Amino acid sequence: MAVQEFLSPTSLSEAQAAFDENAASSWLAGGTDLLVGIRLGARDPARVVDLKQIPELTAIEIDDASVRIGAAASAFDVLQNSAVPTLFPGLAEALDLIGSTQIQGRCSAGGNLCNASPAADSIPALIANAAQCRILGPDGERMLPVEDFVVGPNQNALAPGELLVELLLPRPSGVTSDAYLRLTPRTEMDIAVAGASVSITLDDSRVCTAARVAIGAVAPAALLVEAAGDALVGSQLDQVAIDAAVAAVRAAAKPISDKRGTAEYRTHVVGVLVSRAIARAQARITETRP
Amino acid sequence: MNKPLNKMAVQTTVNGESTAFLCSPGQVLSDVLRDELELIGTKIGCNTGDCGACSVLVNDRLVCSCLVLAAEVEGQTVQTIEGIAKGGELHPVQQKLLEHGGLQCGICTPGIVVAAKALLEHNPNPTEEQARYWLAGNLCRCTGYDKIIRAVLDAAKTLREEAA
Repeated sequence: MAVQEFLSPTSLSEAQAAFDENAASSWLAGGTDLLVGIRLGARDPARVVDLKQIPELTAIEIDDASVRIGAAASAFDVLQNSAVPTLFPGLAEALDLIGSTQIQGRCSAGGNLCNASPAADSIPALIANAAQCRILGPDGERMLPVEDFVVGPNQNALAPGELLVELLLPRPSGVTSDAYLRLTPRTEMDIAVAGASVSITLDDSRVCTAARVAIGAVAPAALLVEAAGDALVGSQLDQVAIDAAVAAVRAAAKPISDKRGTAEYRTHVVGVLVSRAIARAQARITETRP
Repeated sequence: MNKPLNKMAVQTTVNGESTAFLCSPGQVLSDVLRDELELIGTKIGCNTGDCGACSVLVNDRLVCSCLVLAAEVEGQTVQTIEGIAKGGELHPVQQKLLEHGGLQCGICTPGIVVAAKALLEHNPNPTEEQARYWLAGNLCRCTGYDKIIRAVLDAAKTLREEAA
């Protein structure tokens, strides 16, 4: 088999019609995973439906309450956006770690999410920032928290014919910031051994009023570790609170041992990354509000 | 017997010239550039987006042409290595790669030139670190990269002087 048809709808309704007709259809966003999968024989769609001519899928829109990133907007476009990297420096760090400049010219946060790799860099950052997935299906629209989107390695929550339209992130105020850190043996072009993202909010007396901690590459899917966030809330991010958050992520991590690292090593490292990510996000808030 | 594949007619702009070609729905851009348009300066290394030898610009965005379906460039602009030298005059990135000995076997060179030119249009005064990160997706097994990076930074200086 090979790809028999390429369709390029220009609206969501056209896209749905294009997909419904054929069970062996595949959505195409940036293609940096799909085309590799076809090349390696892991994917075999008869019909490819390109999403990049649909305005909603590539738009990046910001209003007072939220930031919406089209599911097929390229990482490069997000990184070049005048506001998104400032509002979400941690999400920008994560997108800037996916592949090369060439890959970033094509790949998307939505595609990274749908591909559902346990080691995906942008997923922990999306979870830390409480992103919601807007999903359109044959029966209408639904919203899903991003931490519920990946259901296992390379498996997502989309039913056949459903389409991830956009990611909706609450717009952070000036007292909220985020960070993403990962460990790789090489500095570039590598896959995370472990990854960690945090988003924290501080009040005027530097007390943490909200925190979300997410970890990647240490479980079948990136995890929201609510106990780690809870350990930080109410503290001034002192060592006791950070130690409790680190203990919580190490307890939540369920890594495998493979060529990138042993389970024991990954469990240790993910705690270190969380403590550093907390410090980095905290510094981002205090530096702008001395 | 396999069902014959539907050929698609694609209208695009390649190196500033309006260009039409026929492709299969699953054919990638790198194959069309080389096999249909005879633009064989674009090289194919890994075919999985890891090596950067097939780097081109699509709508001014640096991409691996092995990870773009040819049908995706309908109505878009494509820039390849063939469009970079003007007549017999090399682009400063090409000239400096020659002067610094930033190539040996040459397979990675078209991709390096396309990617480095894109870097200098994006950031005319990159640090060494920025240049190394930008070019991290262009693998070279001959030079050890040092001469490539020196050439790119030198080309950046030349281009800034020309613009001044």
